[in-house]
Amino acid sequence: MIRRILPLVAGLLWASSAFAADYTLLNVSYDPTRELYADFNKAFAAAYQKENGKSVEIKQSHGGSGSQARAVIDGLQADVVTLALAYDIDAIAAKGLVAPDWQKRLSLNASPYTSTIVFLVRKGNPKAIKDWDDLIKPGLQVITPNPKTSGGARWNYLAAWGFAEKKFGSADKAKKFVADLFNNVPVLDTGARGSTVTFVERGVGDVLLAWENEAFLAQREFGKGKFEIVAPPLSILAEPPISVVDKVADKKGTRAVAEAYLKYWYTKEGQEIAARNSYRPRDPEIAKEHEKSFARVELFTIDDVFGGWTKAQKDHFGEGGIFDQIYKN
Amino acid sequence: MSTQTSFVTPEAPLKAYASTAGAAISSLSRREARERPRALASPKDFRTEPGPVRFVIVALAVSFLTIFVVLPLVVVFASALSKGFGAYFAALAEPEALSAIRLTLLVAAISVGLNLLFGVIAAWAIAKFDFPGKTFLVTLIDLPFSVSPVISGLVFVLLFGAQGYWGTWLQAHNVHILFAVPGIALATIFVTFPFVARSLIPLMQEQGTQEEEAAISLGASGLQTFFRVTLPNIKWGLLYGVLLCNARAMGEFGAVSVVSGHIRGETNTMPLLVEILYNEYQFVASFAIASLLAMLALITLVVKTVLEQRLDEGQTPRDDPRDDLRDDPSDH
Amino acid sequence: MNTAVARRTSLPGFGLTMGLTLTWLSIIILIPLAGLFLKTLELSPAQFWEILSSRRTLNALKISFGLSFAAACVNLVMGTIIVWALVRYRFPGRRIFDAIVDIPFALPTAVAGVALTQLFAQKGWLGAPLAELGIKVAFTPIGIFIAMIFIGIPFVVRTVQPVLIDLDPEIEEAAASLGANRWHTVFRVILPSLIPALLTGFALAFARAVGEYGSVIFIAGNLPNVSEIAPLLIVIRLSEFRYADATAIAVVMLLASFVIIFAVNRLQRWAQTRIPAH
Repeated sequence: MIRRILPLVAGLLWASSAFAADYTLLNVSYDPTRELYADFNKAFAAAYQKENGKSVEIKQSHGGSGSQARAVIDGLQADVVTLALAYDIDAIAAKGLVAPDWQKRLSLNASPYTSTIVFLVRKGNPKAIKDWDDLIKPGLQVITPNPKTSGGARWNYLAAWGFAEKKFGSADKAKKFVADLFNNVPVLDTGARGSTVTFVERGVGDVLLAWENEAFLAQREFGKGKFEIVAPPLSILAEPPISVVDKVADKKGTRAVAEAYLKYWYTKEGQEIAARNSYRPRDPEIAKEHEKSFARVELFTIDDVFGGWTKAQKDHFGEGGIFDQIYKN
Repeated sequence: MSTQTSFVTPEAPLKAYASTAGAAISSLSRREARERPRALASPKDFRTEPGPVRFVIVALAVSFLTIFVVLPLVVVFASALSKGFGAYFAALAEPEALSAIRLTLLVAAISVGLNLLFGVIAAWAIAKFDFPGKTFLVTLIDLPFSVSPVISGLVFVLLFGAQGYWGTWLQAHNVHILFAVPGIALATIFVTFPFVARSLIPLMQEQGTQEEEAAISLGASGLQTFFRVTLPNIKWGLLYGVLLCNARAMGEFGAVSVVSGHIRGETNTMPLLVEILYNEYQFVASFAIASLLAMLALITLVVKTVLEQRLDEGQTPRDDPRDDLRDDPSDH
Repeated sequence: MNTAVARRTSLPGFGLTMGLTLTWLSIIILIPLAGLFLKTLELSPAQFWEILSSRRTLNALKISFGLSFAAACVNLVMGTIIVWALVRYRFPGRRIFDAIVDIPFALPTAVAGVALTQLFAQKGWLGAPLAELGIKVAFTPIGIFIAMIFIGIPFVVRTVQPVLIDLDPEIEEAAASLGANRWHTVFRVILPSLIPALLTGFALAFARAVGEYGSVIFIAGNLPNVSEIAPLLIVIRLSEFRYADATAIAVVMLLASFVIIFAVNRLQRWAQTRIPAH
């Protein structure tokens, strides 16, 4: 058995190492960016080869944003992290792997592309869902991942909270609203992708709270006829941040490539790739070009409503925080 | 009774085998075994139930197995081929799929190889010698059978993770265990630990030590004795253990998932890739990989059936016609 | 038992093989498991208790153990019926059905997970007709239950099968000749002698279901307090950087495994002391 398998394995392994690149980067990212980074990595590798004559291979790892941060903290050798929210990179920084001022090293809060939270509903919008307060109707089934493990779900939760606080004017009422909303959630997947599969493929639920780009992707994959995107009038500006993991990049000697990789996001080409994959570009010119692809939504930021990620995380998603209280009741 | 093995065997298929081997050893049970069909075939058969009851029982058994076992298997192949053979083979030829297959084979080779070596060593120590605490030792070997795969992965995160007991040292010395092949192999070795040892221990015990002692007294060395005397006796049992060990090693999901890091094209095994592709809306690709694993399971079952026959033949001396005459001449 | 091995043997290699066995066992099993226990010792008893008595942990444990118990019960009954059909009757395809009993054991759990989900989802082959009847399987506790039945069935069948095959026909003959009807013979004579094997199979199916992860998470729905199994909660706690919680739950489940293994061990001994009595 072994004698037969070993040469085979050796052959297969040799075949793979024949393509070794000059540099190899590991980008540890969150769930819905698979297609985005497949596109971006190809473009960057080509651009880098052209400019420096060196080949770069970028390896990807995807998962729930929190789980991915945990893996990096546990020693996953990521040169760069591109996660769903700043708190997860803060958690990595707290262990000394990333410099504390990471978010100031790149412009725009180190978030070269943004997104927001929209609703994906079934064809014809049978439950007539238009705005956040439609989501707490009794009997409606809302699909969202678990805010404890998924970055996207935290944005979902905070978007709902921001809406309610603005509409009803108090934190207590916002808490009641969000509790009612989560009462309507029949399945709580660990990652955004899992929730999309649950809604789209398994046919569970009336509405999916999703990243805008994820909603577009689901529509593309399964045909426009089957699902509709509903953009609520008010939502949150989701800023997925990126950073070099200093400790790893320095040890592996990949800092220069890793920085070039992240900076590529701020070029026209990078911004175009973001727009093409339904992430909102930050470059005004590119944004104008793609204006029609994105719904007009009034966007509030996490700093406006929640006083930043650290506070939001502690108040809402920390041990015994508001989400725990909602779920304990 | 030889039908009961002397040790706990918390692994049903192994147990079934162990009992088969046990039955084959004793001439008593051999005679019993040949009486059985006769009793069943007897015209005034009091050992069966009325026709309708028989029908209901068979119908229940067959429909249960069809719904719970056959259908899931059919679904895998039907989904994998739902877009035709072209899409199916294209999915398997993806570099990511190939790298997952490579990694799975590599990890299986490492873990089966090491478990084979240490399984034989452990079986020798346990089956051929008597010592206090034997039952306890066997229980420890059995433990991974009933430990949740997630826990099997977790323990290695606690040891080798950057925040774990040895993490700082490993990081400082640039040794990567977690999120790399060594971690995946360790977790796989953990979950497949008992297979080889547990399929050999009952077999080697039944065979006793006389043959080996004879070889030693004739001047053979320990290793010679093992390779010339013991190994030929246990080869089918050994293959049986390796087969089951391999099936589990290639299919392990929970433990590997915890320690993998999910680096595309690098630390994703086939079962992990099934999950990843499934989450990427690539259902055909996901089920294509799943179908390879399902085929592995089917091949495992076929080989297992063949091995079980070999084991029976190897253990049961050929039926002696005189036995028949002696047993019940009236039958002939 | 006629397996009596010569206990005083002149064979070489005991020291070497025993040493290697203990070393290997320590590296792979003992040290990692000891690490788990050490980690929980960092918690004070009060903290440990607080983690375990939290509603979510309790519910996850209840779901894992409760549904595993229920699934093992189904497997006990269905397993016995299957063994009976396979051993006592001849019907077309019997040998094939006999062979496929092992599929849940040989099929990787992730494959079983996606296959069962596909089958029982609202659009699936079985999910669609069941949905018409108003029964939802996928993403409900019923889905977990189904997956646990799937993975447990070979354990009951393969434990009971050899015992039923080897059952002394004279017992039945005797019962029949003493005037017992078939019903009595089966329930008063045959089944009681299968009890140790049945309980062993039950315990093995139960143990496997409690720890099961791969085939359950796809179909479970993973709703906290409703359809979240304990192994998944361990994974979630890990993702939340809550190692203490993860290890505390793991230790409880590990202790449960010890208890089950111990129970199986005792059952086997009981079986050995019972059987020769016939």
